[in-house]
Amino acid sequence: MKKMNTLSGRRDFLKATSSGLIAGMLPVSLVRLVGADEHGTDFTFAYISDSHIQHIKDSKFVRNWDQGLIRAVAETNLLEPKPDFVVFGGDLAQLGTKPELDHGAEILAGLNYKMHAVLGEHDYYLDLGEYWSELYGKHYYSWDHKGVHFITLNSILTYDEWTYDRWESPERRMNEMAGLDNPNGSPFMVGKKQLKWLKKDLSKVAKDTPVVVFSHSPLQKIYKGWNFWTEEADDVQAMLKPFDKVNVIYGHVHQIQYNQIDNIAFTSVMSTAWPWPYPESYAQAESHLPIMTVPMNRADPFNERDATGWQFMNMHTGRVDLEFNLYNNTNRTVSFNEEKGHPEDTMFDDPANRIPAQQHF
Amino acid sequence: MKNVLVILGGLAMASAAMAGSPLGLPDVPIPEDNPQTAEKIALGARLFNDVRFSSTGEVSCASCHVAASAFTDSPLQVSEGIEKLTGTRNAPTVVNAAFNKTQFWDGRSPSLEDQALHPFLNPVEMGLPSHDPILGIVRDDESYARAFKSVFGVKAEAISMDEVTKAIAAFERTEIAGNSPFDRWYFGGEKDAISEQAVRGFAVFLGNGRCVSCHTIEQDFALFTDHQFHNVGIGINDIQEKVPELARTFQIAKNQGMDVDVAVLSDADTSHLGRFAVDDQLSSMGAFKTSTLRNIAVTAPYMHDGSLMTLREVVDHYNNGGVSKEGDPINPFLGGGIRPLDLTEQEIDDLVTFMETLTSPRFEPVDNDLVTSASPMGDLQ
Repeated sequence: MKKMNTLSGRRDFLKATSSGLIAGMLPVSLVRLVGADEHGTDFTFAYISDSHIQHIKDSKFVRNWDQGLIRAVAETNLLEPKPDFVVFGGDLAQLGTKPELDHGAEILAGLNYKMHAVLGEHDYYLDLGEYWSELYGKHYYSWDHKGVHFITLNSILTYDEWTYDRWESPERRMNEMAGLDNPNGSPFMVGKKQLKWLKKDLSKVAKDTPVVVFSHSPLQKIYKGWNFWTEEADDVQAMLKPFDKVNVIYGHVHQIQYNQIDNIAFTSVMSTAWPWPYPESYAQAESHLPIMTVPMNRADPFNERDATGWQFMNMHTGRVDLEFNLYNNTNRTVSFNEEKGHPEDTMFDDPANRIPAQQHF
Repeated sequence: MKNVLVILGGLAMASAAMAGSPLGLPDVPIPEDNPQTAEKIALGARLFNDVRFSSTGEVSCASCHVAASAFTDSPLQVSEGIEKLTGTRNAPTVVNAAFNKTQFWDGRSPSLEDQALHPFLNPVEMGLPSHDPILGIVRDDESYARAFKSVFGVKAEAISMDEVTKAIAAFERTEIAGNSPFDRWYFGGEKDAISEQAVRGFAVFLGNGRCVSCHTIEQDFALFTDHQFHNVGIGINDIQEKVPELARTFQIAKNQGMDVDVAVLSDADTSHLGRFAVDDQLSSMGAFKTSTLRNIAVTAPYMHDGSLMTLREVVDHYNNGGVSKEGDPINPFLGGGIRPLDLTEQEIDDLVTFMETLTSPRFEPVDNDLVTSASPMGDLQ
C-alpha cells in the first residue's frame, strides 16, 4: 500500500503529469499516485450538508444559513480538478416548508456538478418528504460509479404511531422532531421496508466491491437524546459486514466524528449552518439558533462561519478520505489508515499536535 | 516599607523598559540579524529617498510613502509608479509597519527586509529589470560605499541587496507613531484627551460596531490589527461572476511560474483575489490584511483598492454587512464576522469621531482654516 498523503507523493505526481492541474487548490489527499489503485476506483466528490435554510417571512431568510450554503457552493465550484459529483447530506431546510426547500434548492442549483441528495428530518417531518421528492426524487436509492457501489438511505424515519397518529398538525410534528433533548421526540429508524430493500440491493453487489453508504443520521448509536442514533444500526451494520470495504458518511451531527466498527469506517460531515454544540452567540440581533440545552464555548461566536464547513472527498482503493474545509479554522483530513484499519485524523490524532481548548471565565 | 520600595523599584524598571516606544505601542521587534544603529538608519533613510533606484530616475520609496502624508500617497486611490503607471492597491503606510507580522495588503512578504526587494522590480512601481542597477549605484557612489563599509563592513564590490534592504528596513523601524489623543486617554489616563463623542465612539468600537474583533487592542498597547486576512466585501463584490475563471487562470499561471507580485499589481481583477493569490486557500478568497487604524483620519482613501473615500463610507460599508451600497449582493466568500450592524446615525458619527482621535501629533494636519484666515492673501487664493 502506498501512502497517499505525503508531500513527496504530491510532487512526484505533479512531475509525472504535464496536464494543467492546479496544485494550489488541491487538498494534498486528493492527489493520487499514478497506478496506486489497481481497481481504477480513484475519483473525488464533494459533500455539503446540514444547511438548515430558514424562512423568516415573505422573501426573508436567515442570512447566516444562506451564506453558509452559498459559500460552500461557490467554493465547490472552484475545485480543480473537478469532483465527479456532489452529495447534499440532508437538512436543506429548517422546518421543511416549500419556501425553505425552494430557496435551498435554488442555491444548490448553482453547483456545476451532478448532485445526489440525502433526506434529513428537517426536510421530512412537515409533509413526510412529499415536496422534497418533487425536487430530488426517491428517499432511498443506489447507484454505481467507477467500480464503487453507492447507497443513499433514509435513516430519519420513526415509529408509525409517532409519525401518523400522535400530533394534531404537521407543523407540530415537525417542531417536535426538530427539538433537542425533547421528551416528545422519537428515535430515528430505517424501517422494515427499507431494510428489506437494502438487503436485496446488497445481494447484487460483489463482496470485494467498495460500498459507500450515505445517511443523514449516524448508522451507529452515539447519543439518543440528540438522535445521534439510528434504532436499527446493528441490523444495517450486520448487512454491511460481509463486504471488504464499507464507508458510511453521515450528517446531522454538525461536528467531526469518525469511528470503525468491524469493516465499516464511519465519518461524519460538517454543517454549513452552525456547529454542534454551539456557543452562546451574538446578542445584538436575533441569532435564530435553536435553543440549546448544553451551551458550549468551542466556536468563535464572533465569526458566524467558525466551526462550519464542507467536505472534499477522495475515493481511493475503496476507502473515502475526507478533507474538511473549515472556515476560520485549520482544515482537517480524516483518512483511512490501512495499517491501523480505521480512519484517523492525519494531524490531530497525535496528542502532541492537539490545540488545547480555550478557557473562558 | 521595604515592600513599597520593592514595588516602586519594579515600577521604575518597567517604565524604563517602556521608554523606547511611544504611548500605546509595544517595543519595536528588531530581528537578531539586523540590529538598529544610528548610521544604518541614516543610510536606510537615504536609500528610501533615492530616486535613482527606478528605471526613469524619478521614483523612490518615498514617492508613494510620503512622510508628510503619514507615509502614504494620500489622496491617491492607488499608487503611481514610473511614467504615472498605476498599480491596483492603495499605498499602505510605513508608519508602524515594523509591527506587522506580514507586509503588503495580501501579506505576500514576511518582513520589511523582504518587502523592500519587490517595488524596485515591479513594472508599475519602479520598473527596474533587476536589482543590478541599484547595486551599481551604491557600489560606484563613494559616499554610499563608505556608509555600507562602515555599517556592514562590506567592500563596495561586495554590497548586495541583503545590505540594501536591511538598511531600508532599519530606517522603516524608526517610523513608529503612537501617543495619539486616544493613547493619552486610554493608556495615559488623561481624562480630557478626547471628546465625549469620541468616548461614545470607542464604546461603539468595542460593542455594536464589532470593530475590535479584528482591529484589536491589548491591555497596554494597541496596534488595531489582528494581522489576519478577511474578506470584507471590497473589490471582490464587483467581480463575483468572474471569480471562477480568474481563480483558475491565475492558479495555472502561478503554477507555471508567474510572478505573483507583478500579477496582483498589474491587473485590478486579479488584485481582488487577495490573500488567495498568495496562499491558494479557498477560505482566503478576496481576503485582505486588517490594516491598522492609527493615523487613519489622515490617510484617505481607504481599503486595499482605495475605493472608499471617507471613514464614514467605510463605516457604512460595514454597517450594510459587507456591501458599500445597501441591498447590493454580498459576495459568497464574505468573512463570517461581517454582518449588518444596524448602527444608528449617531453611533456612526461617534465611531468616526473616535477614529479621528488615533492621529499621532506629528501627523495632525495643519489647520487650513486658521492658516487661510491668518494670511492676507487668503481671500484671493
